Amino acid sequence: MKLWQVAKLIRSKNSGPFELTFDVIMKDRATYEKVRDANIINAQWFARTYRLRPEVVSIINYDAAAAIKITIPRPTISGDIDDNDVFGGQQYGPLVDLEIP
Amino acid sequence: MIRVLSATGMLGSGFREETLKRAMALEPDFIGADSGSTDPGPYYLGSGDTHFSDSAYKRDLRLMLRAGRAAGIPVIVGSACTAGIDAQLERLVGIARDIAREDKLQFKLAAIRSEPDRGYLKRKLKEGRITPLANAPRLDEGVIERASHIVGLAGIEPYIEALGHGAEVIIAGRSSDTSIFAALPVMRGCNPATAWHMAKILECGAACVVQRKYPDCMVATLADDHFVVEPPNPEYRCDPVSVASHNLYENSTPYELIEPSGVLSTVDARYEALSDRAVRVSGSTFTKSERYTIKLEAAELAGYQSIIVGAVRDPVILRQFDSWLAGLEKACKDRIRAVFGEDIEEKYKFHVRVFGKNAAMGPLEPETAIGHELGLLFQVTAQTQELATALMKSVGHMAVHYPVPEWSGLITSIAYPYSPAEIARGASYRFSLNHVVEPASPLEMFEIEYETVR
Repeated sequence: MKLWQVAKLIRSKNSGPFELTFDVIMKDRATYEKVRDANIINAQWFARTYRLRPEVVSIINYDAAAAIKITIPRPTISGDIDDNDVFGGQQYGPLVDLEIP
Repeated sequence: MIRVLSATGMLGSGFREETLKRAMALEPDFIGADSGSTDPGPYYLGSGDTHFSDSAYKRDLRLMLRAGRAAGIPVIVGSACTAGIDAQLERLVGIARDIAREDKLQFKLAAIRSEPDRGYLKRKLKEGRITPLANAPRLDEGVIERASHIVGLAGIEPYIEALGHGAEVIIAGRSSDTSIFAALPVMRGCNPATAWHMAKILECGAACVVQRKYPDCMVATLADDHFVVEPPNPEYRCDPVSVASHNLYENSTPYELIEPSGVLSTVDARYEALSDRAVRVSGSTFTKSERYTIKLEAAELAGYQSIIVGAVRDPVILRQFDSWLAGLEKACKDRIRAVFGEDIEEKYKFHVRVFGKNAAMGPLEPETAIGHELGLLFQVTAQTQELATALMKSVGHMAVHYPVPEWSGLITSIAYPYSPAEIARGASYRFSLNHVVEPASPLEMFEIEYETVR
């Protein structure tokens, strides 16, 4: 199964012009706990995918919304001349098809 | 009990007149709206242009001012016209004056300025009272001098000061989004944890509903130890997850909200359904910070740009796209050097974005497959528009006829949709600060001007 099949929302967005934040909100509590406890969304995967050091990846489990939040430094400052995505809204693509055991 | 009405998540994006009417029937204590955002990028802070049109601001503000004056309650708008620089503040104040004149409204207006003096910031930098936030660019005096505009994000204190002076309408320059909504409740003695958490939920208008189909109003009712959020639009509903989820939005952690005067923690917050559309929120804590800090935002000119949009459809080119594009880029740069001389090298930047390949993620794109056509966006950045356009004219001609070995004879390899192909994009800016400054007092950086508008 893929992450998009168990999530009700996968999104990315600026958290200010210097950080990029991802939210994965699950459809139900049980799936959330499964994904959370299996550590499927982890700093190593993020570091590899977004070419970062694992130390700069922040991952927070947010039980109240059955959500996992990941925050990374923005690859470029929002709106700078080499930026591709001013709002940071289309950076979550690789998460959508992440394999869920 | 204090009731708060948030007109919309961003002034100018709209709300339903009918919803405002329903919300006003609940007798709110004030109407608030955020008018700012860094989301659309540095252009608005750099240039002073606005994210929405004057007409859009006027439509929303008119309905808010009419409702506020009819009920005798304050109307509070923060981060005027996107970035909250002085010129944008004056623009929104001007719109408020026009509305007052046209609709025969009268009110005491407070305008809060948010652009600190450069000398003041340089002194603070020397004193070591400006510190970087996460992932901040390097700061020196040059950054302060080069910035087109620098703004400080006001806390609740300037709003409270203005309300204390009897302001009936407050229009502020840049402000923390939440301060717009937390100021009046805190002023009236509400528990700051309740006030700040409510402010975080309300500052985006109807964004905390289960399914937001269009921008609209939101209402919260505060007691000392909890607040209840319930949408005034009958088509909308909130549930505990939709309200809790809103803490995730545009924030690096759902558990913490850092404000000038302290930190809101939602670790122990509880979200309970009161009905199928109302949610009761309690349990957050607010810890006063040891030092009072104001976040700074700045934008500096990155250069002027000229762009060309085009499409490639020839399968022969697409099969060898990467090498074709690499050759094309080199040929363009060689042509530029031939026309403008060797010393042009450090005076411009040339960049090609490839839509259909990696336009959204750039070099981070893991997908390698491409479709039957690709979109090209050529971009030249230089210190003047004239130079950027002149360079692009050379690029445009070189690129459109760039060959592949399989075809003999002159080819036209890119479909340009426009004549002329090159488009002057104007100034491009760069966010250049992500820092906080320690003022001597919460009001020091924010001058407040009062006037009676009629």
